[in-house]
Amino acid sequence: MSTIIAETTGSNLHPVTAQLVSASNGDVIICPGGVGASDAANIAGVSKVITVEGDCFSSFDGAAWAAAMSGLTSDGRVILAATPRGRELAAHIAASRNIPVIQDVTGGSPSLIMHRPVYSGKAIEHVKCEGDCVVTIRPNSWPAAADGGNAEQSTVNQSADVTVAVKEAIAKASERLDVSDADIIISGGRGMGSIDNWNELEKIADQLGAAVGASRAVVDEWGLSHSIQVGQTGKVVNPSLYIAVGISGAIQHLAGMRSSKYIVAINKDADAPIFSVADYGIVATWEDALPALAEALSNL
Amino acid sequence: MADIAVLLKQVPDTNAKIVLNDGRVDESVIKKWSMSPYDEYALEAALSLGGSITAITCGPDRSKKMLTDAAAVGASELLHISVDDLSTLDSIRLSNILAAAVKKTGASVVFCGKQAADTNAGSTGPNVANLLGSSCVTMVSELSGDSSEFVALRPSPDGMEKVSISSPCVISFDKTSNELRRPNVKGIMMAKKKAIESISPDDLGVSTAMELHMATHHFCGLNAPEEKSAGQMFEGAECVSDVVSKLRSEAKVI
Ligand SMILES: Cc1cc2nc3c(=O)[nH]c(=O)nc-3n(C[C@H](O)[C@H](O)[C@H](O)COP(=O)(O)OP(=O)(O)OC[C@H]3O[C@@H](n4cnc5c(N)ncnc54)[C@H](O)[C@@H]3O)c2cc1C
Ligand SMILES: Nc1ncnc2c1ncn2[C@@H]1O[C@H](COP(=O)(O)O)[C@@H](O)[C@H]1O
Repeated sequence: MSTIIAETTGSNLHPVTAQLVSASNGDVIICPGGVGASDAANIAGVSKVITVEGDCFSSFDGAAWAAAMSGLTSDGRVILAATPRGRELAAHIAASRNIPVIQDVTGGSPSLIMHRPVYSGKAIEHVKCEGDCVVTIRPNSWPAAADGGNAEQSTVNQSADVTVAVKEAIAKASERLDVSDADIIISGGRGMGSIDNWNELEKIADQLGAAVGASRAVVDEWGLSHSIQVGQTGKVVNPSLYIAVGISGAIQHLAGMRSSKYIVAINKDADAPIFSVADYGIVATWEDALPALAEALSNL
Repeated sequence: MADIAVLLKQVPDTNAKIVLNDGRVDESVIKKWSMSPYDEYALEAALSLGGSITAITCGPDRSKKMLTDAAAVGASELLHISVDDLSTLDSIRLSNILAAAVKKTGASVVFCGKQAADTNAGSTGPNVANLLGSSCVTMVSELSGDSSEFVALRPSPDGMEKVSISSPCVISFDKTSNELRRPNVKGIMMAKKKAIESISPDDLGVSTAMELHMATHHFCGLNAPEEKSAGQMFEGAECVSDVVSKLRSEAKVI
């Protein structure tokens, strides 16, 4: 038996929730604070959606959320998304039940042997859990379950003491899509020459509806927000398409993006290591390639 | 300032090549072992707060060297819990051991990394917090205040948020903007003489954690990541339009 905890973004259901359904065959979804409950009920294969209402859900305190939901997560497996909140909440639920938590599963089967990247993707660990455990699943690793369900909805009222108080919310530095949520990412590296050329990347991102990412070199040297850094000390991303422009492909960068479904690399050096993971490698300067890309996209 | 316990893990240096042998990491080819990168930021945050700092690690004998490195930059007490093979412990067994070790030190504030460079999990901080009944925030990239009220910057679905938290608490660290301090000669000399208390999980009264090991969670071994088949290479910007049509017709991603 698996119980899924819905992932939300602000006041909406995060699309990864439907992926958790297809990964785990779970048919019960819990919605903390009720966010996204009606969308969750609409996922095919889900039979029950339970809203947990309580004061503690107005801000995030993983310990409080786990305690408030404990009546619903006390047996069987619990499945969450491997997002920052999902991972923390998963670990609280696991510890309160004294069971293991398996984080960031990207393949295999959550009920049999699970696969998860370790050593920044340099190896894949295989683990099996005979008893109960809590599992988090990396977004975009499983296809989403279809719409068209009609699950029964119910509500329980349960809260817990909050000990982490939000003092100030700081909006995203840019209105751009977050690299963690994006289906297409275009990232730039030192090969872009200078921050003055960055808008060339952003123009392509706008055409594609993509998020903009960056290598650590340019985040550090050009003062870009750390939130767009892809790699071992930045974010691990898993989009359908990753376009790397002027990025050499250091092992620490690959750690963050090598599991992308398709990788396009644009680099003037035919020997750049990024080409070893690229599905489509283009040996060219960005000065030549980006205008050609803009034109080809507008002709689609 | 309240006493702080810092959880530190020794991992293969992030530049090390990971060679697998029979489903396990071949440690004989790892030339350099280091403190896991985010743990360095946790340690730095503790050092900049001051007070008594106990560095705790659970692992094989080689991990004592990392405790000495922590002493060289200013950790005051060093506690090693000896476990030869960490892959025999699942997340909850390890966390029970570390929580018991924190209790032994009496520290009410615990700092650790947001995730270890080998497991890439991020389970230990919140696990230990839960077992100790402490408050918890994870992925903190800026910390101010003191244990009567810390203000921590962490990610939120809408960007970032500043939250307040007070002891007893567990804080897991992302990269912060703090410059990591490097040891000086005097620090290195003093650290060499510093005693490391080395104990077993039994000594902490968590031997059942060991007996239960692998009871539910089986480590089935490691695989190399799937090698991608060689990609298609194109020369020159003239080919960009070909690639774009392939992205539409072959890959179907745009
Ligand atoms: C502990 C640790 C953690 C790290 N974490 C990360 C991380 O999270 N993310 C990360 O990215 N890095 C990380 N790094 C840094 C990493 O090792 C590399 O230094 C970094 O990724 C290099 O960035 P880059 O590819 O932009 O720059 P470079 O390596 O300088 O590469 C620039 C590339 O641009 C190409 N180029 C130059 N001019 C042009 C042009 N006109 N058109 C097209 N191509 C051009 C060059 O051929 C070259 O390949 C980490 C390092 C360490 C030690
Ligand atoms: N064996 C260990 N000994 C001491 N600290 C550890 C150990 N394993 C994990 N930690 C701490 O917990 C953090 C998260 O680890 P993990 O949950 O494995 O990703 C690490 O960055 C360390 O601070």
